[in-house]
Amino acid sequence: MILVKDNRCDFCGTCVAVCPVDAIELREADISIIHDTCIDCDICIWVCPIDVLSSDEKKEEVKHD
Amino acid sequence: MTDFDVIVVGGGPAGSMAAEAAVKGGAKTLLLEKDRDIGYPVRCGEGVGAHGLKQFIEPDPQWIAATISKVRMRSPDNTKVDFGMKDAGYILHRRLFDYALANRAGHAGAEIQTRAYVDGLIVEDDIVKGVKYQYMGENRELTAKIVIAADGVESRVGRMAGMRTATKLRDMDSGYQATVGNVDIDQEMIDFFVGSNWAPGGYLWIFPKGNGMANIGLGVNGAFAKDFKAHDLAHKFLKEFFPKARILTSVCGGIPIAKTLKTITKDGIMLTGDAARMVNPVTGGGIIPGMVGGRIAGEVAAAALQTGDLTSNGFKDYPARWRKAEGKTHEGLHRVAEAIFEITDEKLNKMAHRLAKIPTDELSLMKIFTAVARQKPSILIDVTRAFAGI
Repeated sequence: MILVKDNRCDFCGTCVAVCPVDAIELREADISIIHDTCIDCDICIWVCPIDVLSSDEKKEEVKHD
Repeated sequence: MTDFDVIVVGGGPAGSMAAEAAVKGGAKTLLLEKDRDIGYPVRCGEGVGAHGLKQFIEPDPQWIAATISKVRMRSPDNTKVDFGMKDAGYILHRRLFDYALANRAGHAGAEIQTRAYVDGLIVEDDIVKGVKYQYMGENRELTAKIVIAADGVESRVGRMAGMRTATKLRDMDSGYQATVGNVDIDQEMIDFFVGSNWAPGGYLWIFPKGNGMANIGLGVNGAFAKDFKAHDLAHKFLKEFFPKARILTSVCGGIPIAKTLKTITKDGIMLTGDAARMVNPVTGGGIIPGMVGGRIAGEVAAAALQTGDLTSNGFKDYPARWRKAEGKTHEGLHRVAEAIFEITDEKLNKMAHRLAKIPTDELSLMKIFTAVARQKPSILIDVTRAFAGI
């Protein structure tokens, strides 16, 4: 699962632009991940210029449950 | 009967040019901006070429921060290659520049609504017929014959219409910029750092903003962005090169350096500017290309309203005119960008050492380009093609 440290987000939309499944909602100063749509590809984490996004390390376990 | 003939989503340069062109072509036009302010926050290095700008608007001292006549390129080992460029360009105050463009669209007759966050489209039989948006927490809907999406790098409006706008990681630079004061720099010079130490796969820029201020920013190519964070590199750079700099503003942002989307129209909708990936793939400059694309989109929208064909076919002049104006060149430049991407730091240093020996007044972009081309001759063919329009 992608996690958002939303208190450091600059709301620039770079993650939105690369998300292949349109799973990121971004308002003027509000960002959220649509977890039902997200495919955990992690590219939003990589492209973020200020390291706002991270992955829940337990995601593999959650998926196999 | 629709509420508007044309609704433009996004009040940046592309959106304002589209709105102005549409209204001048006789369309009842509304421009929607999601933020409370047109032009703010500024997610941009703010550099434009003089020639490109003057096609659209006379430079106004109110929004010109600096006039550029010199360029410096630095290789990874900090070898400086300087050259002069008369009438090269400007660093803008985008906040005021975007106001000026939106103001002009408004004067021409376009309606403008800020704080309007578009969160959906009205679609009937797969044809876009308007927008759904939130204004101050209230859900609203407006119908339109044509929607022009100029919603920037995120390009979500196109996705709402079922168009593919998601950009590959490799085609996106991850950027960060600080506007700083208290820096002693040449206010007529733009200064670039290339190579992997400051901006892997991209470049770092120092753009003067007048009064001892500068935009200092960098873009890391998406392919490297997992391991190199633009924010961290920029702060490291400031500490090393400008320890006395004071950060007045800092922003991050994505720079789409892709080729223009294959499809920029669909029934009832056109995409333009960053949303259509119209940014120059080598420089990352998107202001002028956005204005070019936006104006064409607005003109084609007005023309389509006259003929009554509001399908993608009715908009076919738009991709054709864009391609002729800039798109074809960008395709060539995208290949150039791919080639530059492959040049190692060692080769960049070698090139810089050679170029640094040429007196500044004899150096031109062409000579620099020739040096690059020597490293990778296939670039030459691509660029010749691009500029010859083959």
